[in-house]
Amino acid sequence: MVNSTQDSIKTKPVLEMQGIKKTFNGFVALHDVNITVYPGEVHALMGENGAGKSTLMKILAGAYIADAGEIRIDGKAVKMTDPGQARDLGIAIIYQELNLAPNLTVAENIFMGSELKKGGTFLDQDEMRRRAAEVLQNLDANFEAGDLVSTLSIAEQQQVEIARALKDNSRILVMDEPTAALSDRETDKLFEVVRRLRNEGIAIIYISHRMAEIYALADRVSVIRDGGYIGSLEKHEISADRLVEMMVGRSLQDLYENKHQITPGEVVLEVINLSDGHKVKPASFQLYAGEILGLAGLVGAGRTELARLIFGADRKVSGEIKLEGRDLNVSTPNEAMAAGIAYVPEDRKALGLFLEASSGENITMNVLDREAKAGIINSNFLLRIVNDAINNLQIRLASPSIRAMDLSGGNQQKLLLARWLAINPKVLLLDEPTRGVDIGAKSEIYRIISDLAGKGVAILMISSELPEIVGMSDRVLVMRSGSLVGEVGGSTGEKITQENIMAYATGAKEVVKS
Amino acid sequence: MSQTQTKTSRSSGSDRQKTSKAQAWKNFIQVAGILPILVAICVIFSLVTPNFLSVGNFINVIRQASINIVLATGMTFVILTGGIDLSVGSILGVTAVVGVLVSLVPGLGWFAVPAALIAGVFLGLLNGSLVAYLGLPPFIVTLGSYTALRGVAYLVANGTTVINRNLNFAWVGNNYVGPIPWLVIIAFLAVLASWFVLRRTVLGRHIYAVGGNIRAARLTGIKVSRVLLFVYGVSGLLSGLGGIMSASRLYSATGMLGQGYELDAIAAVILGGTSFTGGIGTIWGTLLGALIIALLNNGLTLMNVSFFWQLVVKGLVIIIAVTIDKVRTGSSAA
Repeated sequence: MVNSTQDSIKTKPVLEMQGIKKTFNGFVALHDVNITVYPGEVHALMGENGAGKSTLMKILAGAYIADAGEIRIDGKAVKMTDPGQARDLGIAIIYQELNLAPNLTVAENIFMGSELKKGGTFLDQDEMRRRAAEVLQNLDANFEAGDLVSTLSIAEQQQVEIARALKDNSRILVMDEPTAALSDRETDKLFEVVRRLRNEGIAIIYISHRMAEIYALADRVSVIRDGGYIGSLEKHEISADRLVEMMVGRSLQDLYENKHQITPGEVVLEVINLSDGHKVKPASFQLYAGEILGLAGLVGAGRTELARLIFGADRKVSGEIKLEGRDLNVSTPNEAMAAGIAYVPEDRKALGLFLEASSGENITMNVLDREAKAGIINSNFLLRIVNDAINNLQIRLASPSIRAMDLSGGNQQKLLLARWLAINPKVLLLDEPTRGVDIGAKSEIYRIISDLAGKGVAILMISSELPEIVGMSDRVLVMRSGSLVGEVGGSTGEKITQENIMAYATGAKEVVKS
Repeated sequence: MSQTQTKTSRSSGSDRQKTSKAQAWKNFIQVAGILPILVAICVIFSLVTPNFLSVGNFINVIRQASINIVLATGMTFVILTGGIDLSVGSILGVTAVVGVLVSLVPGLGWFAVPAALIAGVFLGLLNGSLVAYLGLPPFIVTLGSYTALRGVAYLVANGTTVINRNLNFAWVGNNYVGPIPWLVIIAFLAVLASWFVLRRTVLGRHIYAVGGNIRAARLTGIKVSRVLLFVYGVSGLLSGLGGIMSASRLYSATGMLGQGYELDAIAAVILGGTSFTGGIGTIWGTLLGALIIALLNNGLTLMNVSFFWQLVVKGLVIIIAVTIDKVRTGSSAA
């Protein structure tokens, strides 16, 4: 694919990974994956969650050892056996979860593990500060080497990680979804940094799901799917359609399955001027039985906070909630649950699951006291709940005694759904219901949501994936900076399209509420 | 890797049975945990000391372990929620003194045991409410009560030893049912009751849930504060029971009774495989842990090892046992 007439530096790859294979307990995570990366290029690596991107990068970082295949740096075969070795070879990885000590200064973080010493014993703080400042200046950073990391924004912390990599004279920089937690402006700034590094001849492997970023940055794209190498595209060959097809292996047409009959039922939930006095400005809306109401908006717009207020997880300062016409005064999740409101949180590992507990225990956590006598669990009843859930939601388990932590993202998400469906909720608040699950589980979760709406459950679905909002919702509310700023679909006459939603979400358009 | 699961799930029926058998084995290993180490210690002592291997000596060991078993049982509740209770030894001291003092009051002797238990629950709930409602770290709260209650024990005893030669609950520490001492029976009843609560009740599941993921527990509608209050209350109650057991054995109590007991209790829980961060662990593991500690005390004494060396060996065995356990279960923990 590389033109032989290009200059010699460009044609000599800095990194080649060939025929990489990796199995875990008999499961093939990667087979025959090939990637070639040149100096001074941004090489995007794409694939669905679970496709094997992270495994491949961990092999590159020396965290995993490949079962077969070869890694060549500058044409020389290397055996990567531990992370320190990868660093010595000039490979640096910036993970999604940043590895910084917030209680230390920028300079201390940059030199962590390779501190400079005076006379072989004492830390050479001055020299470390000076060198750190140099690197930071090169990155055009807006903070000082002496600043505490805890005072920096996420984007700035990312720059600290990049600075650490540059300090080691890294020539291959892997960035794993670096914009996931960044605002638009911070993203632009990051792009500047990435381009600058590219121009200095550093090879950047850039993992992302966002098509816009691939267009903006990538010189080439490689796609892996189900652990196999699918192919690479040059810059001029990149198109969303082709990439999606390569990643998914089929067209996206049939993914969204909102096929339930839309029969505008009764108002189940009415929210009137609800506010926490901080992140949610007085919000009012109605939610009907059998409806999927999408709640769109940019990250940080206050969608999760609004759902948590309704669920009683945070304290409201004003406003009312009515459930089936009656005033509902909830101040704890326990009360909301008793009233028939369910909330499936966005971060299933941190906020939802009991990872060390069995799948069965996770499913039954909300119905333990049902059919219990004097606080003693009715195991037969719980077993029935578990079996029903496994059948209805098609949770793939060898046995209900398997720990939640050992399940895939999709199955974990289904465990959480099952837990809440067990209480037969009237109102289901879903927060990013398909985040981090593979495409197969996604379509199954869509089917479950659609079935529930068909049975009359009122569903509020928060999602940052616009195609999901557009594909699933009967009506969409849009939040921006803590306020409900618009509505599309339903009786508004505005069609549910990504453009209409984004117009509200970004503030291009605003409805003045009378 | 996430897909591993999807893969196994597609397996056929017989495979499925095999998997659940493997799972059952894994569960057994998790419960048995430290059992091989206990057996190894028994074998070694049997070989080197002729008096070790006898029914009489074993009953003796369990009797010596009984108070620690009771304290460690309460400690298991607390550690399962991710907490710690450093005050159990001090509560034992206070309640032992209270028990003996009440038994000396004419006409109120019958109230001695209830008084000690009530005092234990009360002090435990005090710890619990500071943790649950003020959100203070358990280590700090119980470090405070560890110190303060030790003082209270001395104060209540007025700095002396309170003695009752006609202690009405002396049967607890000195009588037998057939060949089995009441102390042993009480310890096993405490373990059984705890097993029942932890495994068979809604509250038990909630205890594991709070220790496993406190934020998820809140969002799942579990009344976290009540769960925390309960576990510290249980720990206090069982410390009170420990106080009764100690005092009944001695026909007396002093302010210094129970000093250092909290560390043996914690050691038993950890030896038993309960996770220090909460959410994982069994009461049977704790029982085995307490027995290991008692076996070491007993065997080393029979071998005429000096007390100083006993401490060294005990400490090392705790570290080695937990290391072996970690290595053995390493694959599943990773």
